[in-house]
Amino acid sequence: MQDHLIVLQDLRMVFGDGYEALKGVNLYIDQNEFLTLLGPSGCGKTTTLRIVGGFEKPTSGDVLYRGKSIVNLPPYRRNINTVFQRYALFPHMNVAQNISFGPDMRKEDRQKTARRVLEMLELVNLSGFEKRSVKTLSGGQQQRVAIARALINKPDVLLLDEPLGALDLKLRKEMQGELKRIQVESGITFLYVTHDQEEALTMSDTVVVMRGGEIQQIGTPQDIYNEPKNAFVADFIGESNIYAGTMVKDKRAIFLGCEFNCVDKGFGQNVPIDVVLRPEDVKLKPAEAGIDGAPQGTVLSTLFKGVHYEMRVLVGEDVVLVHSTHAREPGAEVLVTVAPSDIHIMHKSDYVRENDEEEEGLM
Amino acid sequence: MMRLLKRSYMSLIMLFLYAPIVLLIVFSFNAGRSRGLWGGFSLHWYAELLRDQQILTALRNTLVIGLSAAAISTVIGGLGAIGLYQLRRKGLRQAMLSLANLPMLNSEIVTGVSLLMLYAAMRMELGFVTLLLSHVAFCIPYVVLSVLPKLRQLDPHLAEAAQDLGATPFKAFCRVILPDIMPGVFSGFLLAFTLSIDDFVISLFTTGPGVTNLSITIFSMARRGISPKLNALSAVIFVVVLTLLIIINLPNFKQQNKKTRKEIPI
Repeated sequence: MQDHLIVLQDLRMVFGDGYEALKGVNLYIDQNEFLTLLGPSGCGKTTTLRIVGGFEKPTSGDVLYRGKSIVNLPPYRRNINTVFQRYALFPHMNVAQNISFGPDMRKEDRQKTARRVLEMLELVNLSGFEKRSVKTLSGGQQQRVAIARALINKPDVLLLDEPLGALDLKLRKEMQGELKRIQVESGITFLYVTHDQEEALTMSDTVVVMRGGEIQQIGTPQDIYNEPKNAFVADFIGESNIYAGTMVKDKRAIFLGCEFNCVDKGFGQNVPIDVVLRPEDVKLKPAEAGIDGAPQGTVLSTLFKGVHYEMRVLVGEDVVLVHSTHAREPGAEVLVTVAPSDIHIMHKSDYVRENDEEEEGLM
Repeated sequence: MMRLLKRSYMSLIMLFLYAPIVLLIVFSFNAGRSRGLWGGFSLHWYAELLRDQQILTALRNTLVIGLSAAAISTVIGGLGAIGLYQLRRKGLRQAMLSLANLPMLNSEIVTGVSLLMLYAAMRMELGFVTLLLSHVAFCIPYVVLSVLPKLRQLDPHLAEAAQDLGATPFKAFCRVILPDIMPGVFSGFLLAFTLSIDDFVISLFTTGPGVTNLSITIFSMARRGISPKLNALSAVIFVVVLTLLIIINLPNFKQQNKKTRKEIPI
């Protein structure tokens, strides 16, 4: 326990109106880790972040920082800094004054601070901006000032609350790379909150998927993407096909009306399961190919998406989403094949896919 | 033809609104005593004004009461606005805001009489203190009203950001919140000052013997026959109040030209 930088112990949060935002969150964050809380709005990720920052007090549970409880410590006495969603720059101060606010509050030497401000501006690629009013900066520039203002305090942990949410797509991609670079260069632990699964997968060392105030899965981006623990995680992380099925025995599963070879074991025999197929892992073969045990279906629609074609194939009563560079005519009879290692077996969960929730998550 | 009609209609309204004031100002420079006959330009009545001890005392009272009432109500109203802004429960906040605004809609005479009754019930002697208290009371809602919109324009996370960077809540307020709402605080102060030096009805009810402000003095002098001195005095008051109102509204005019900042809902 002593080795972890921050440990969250059974955090519960019930707001004044009775809304239960957190239902027992347990999590640890290590030194130099880039940890991302990922989930749809209302999943409790921002509340968790605000508790670590000291802006909210949990209803119960504890936050340990280097082994000591900090739940009763006000934000100005924690060596943790935050980059707020809408940056919260001080509008009546210029860029340099904003960045030096922290050191000034601690009454540090002004000349030293002035030098550090220039260093910080260099780190965030804003050299020469020190005298500019923050009101005249673009969204991306304000973002960088907010990061510099937090980093100058040499925090042990930097909290980032959907910091790229207000930027356009191109800038967002650019800033993702920047943030990762800054994190590696500064060696500061990042606790990042986002609802954008791509952002989470690109930057993080560890991704924590949350839903309804509870943690669904903790793992590396690869784990989360390739081995989602349940249907919610699979659905939230990316477009996927999720089917109810049965695990016949180790390495044999039935779904889409056929029996498949897979690589998972240890589920037991004849156990109900959920199966996830990534659209890019599904290969279509002409019906004449005559592959034993492969389900046959009809192509419902074909959409050109630029990088690939998106096709919907009707198999029995299920629809299979397929991404492929090879287009098939709607109406064509095809066989659906998946490599055993691309079949992801999950324990059955109560999660029912809702279209609104999916769309919100994919935004 | 239509345009001519529109313009002359506008001119008529302007004439109707401002003719009395223009006339008053013009005749304050009249050399003669007459209110209808122009006797040549003179600053005679302004000089007379400065020699009138009664008026000078009233002017001093008005300024002292005005500045003190404005200062006190700015502090109370400003803190009140912050309190209202931070109320989390929406229903309660709306109710409190309506309560705070009610005195502005209330008829002045009712406010005056009720204050008088309150002072009587508390056995307070009418005079400078009661006059000042009354002015503070009716100025507060106006200060709240001019500070609150400034608070609502703020990023709700500003105070948190300041604390995050090591500022205590008090320092966060002084260094971050206050500078940003200062224009609202300032215009609240000026508005309170203007209302205070302008007030007649409430003052008449809540002042005691020996303590009079300008409006009461003018009223009592006018009952004894209107002296051209009063023209001069009214002209001065008009110009002062007009100047203050222009200063108060200046930021609004500027803001309209600029890109309007998106208001952040609280």
